[in-house]
Amino acid sequence: MLQVKSVVEKLQLEIIAGAGGLETEVNGMYIGDLLSWVMANIDKGNCWVTIQTHVNVIAVALLGEASCVIIPENAEIDENTIEKANAENIPLLRSSLSAYEIALMFSKLEGN
Amino acid sequence: MNIKLSYDIAKSDFSKAGEASSNIKKVLRQLGIPADIIKRIAVSTYEAEMNIVIHSDGGRIDLLVTPEKIQVKAVDKGPGIKDVELAMKEGFSTAPNEVREMGFGAGMGLPNMKRCADEFHISSSLGNPTEITIIVNI
Ligand SMILES: Nc1ncnc2c1ncn2[C@@H]1O[C@H](COP(=O)(O)OP(=O)(O)OP(=O)(O)O)[C@@H](O)[C@H]1O
Ligand SMILES: [Mg+2]
Repeated sequence: MLQVKSVVEKLQLEIIAGAGGLETEVNGMYIGDLLSWVMANIDKGNCWVTIQTHVNVIAVALLGEASCVIIPENAEIDENTIEKANAENIPLLRSSLSAYEIALMFSKLEGN
Repeated sequence: MNIKLSYDIAKSDFSKAGEASSNIKKVLRQLGIPADIIKRIAVSTYEAEMNIVIHSDGGRIDLLVTPEKIQVKAVDKGPGIKDVELAMKEGFSTAPNEVREMGFGAGMGLPNMKRCADEFHISSSLGNPTEITIIVNI
């Protein structure tokens, strides 16, 4: 079983908020920025990689049952998104890598 | 026993957007509703809620849970939809640029609701409220 905290460790992600959810089970990854498209296609446990950083992202993650949200390329994150992620215990993580590079590293991790 | 809950949805309030859906999801979980059914209600309620926030002058979402079904009713104060058939098409959207930049406006909300529901009704016309009913059987 893969947990969010192992993904944080192996992909060297910065924990921005929602540390209370780090033990959530991870199952695959989904990359997308169109929210209703994400909502339709994301699966329970997916790590969701998105460049959207406004507060509604946390609602989508929660309702879509994402295990965590990963913001690529060190994008700036809204303050109320951070507050909401903390309130809901959704790990909000950040990387300097692109979504593509994150997915490549994740696939190696999942393969083990 | 039937359970009824109501949520007011404010126009253009993105900071609260999604709270009604999240709340409904929590209630359904407490009631022990199966996970796949909760997911379908969560997705369709979220889309209805966001449409009220983005496209309407504000409105309300009513939840009704009976032993047989979950019903979500979304009613707003207008301005209504000119061509409902067109609005139902995947990819059709009149979302303004500033909300598209936030990731809304894929034109997938109404199709998502329909796909998630066992029964889906929409009634709207220009100058009138939009009324949507989503039913998922338990
Ligand atoms: N409550 C509403 N009041 C007025 N117009 C609406 C309402 N709901 C939907 N519409 C109209 O129907 C169109 C399609 O809605 P739909 O939810 O499918 O896509 P969207 O909201 O534009 O984008 P997305 O849901 O993918 O973010 C909207 O762009 C809008 O023109
Ligand atoms: Mg919509």
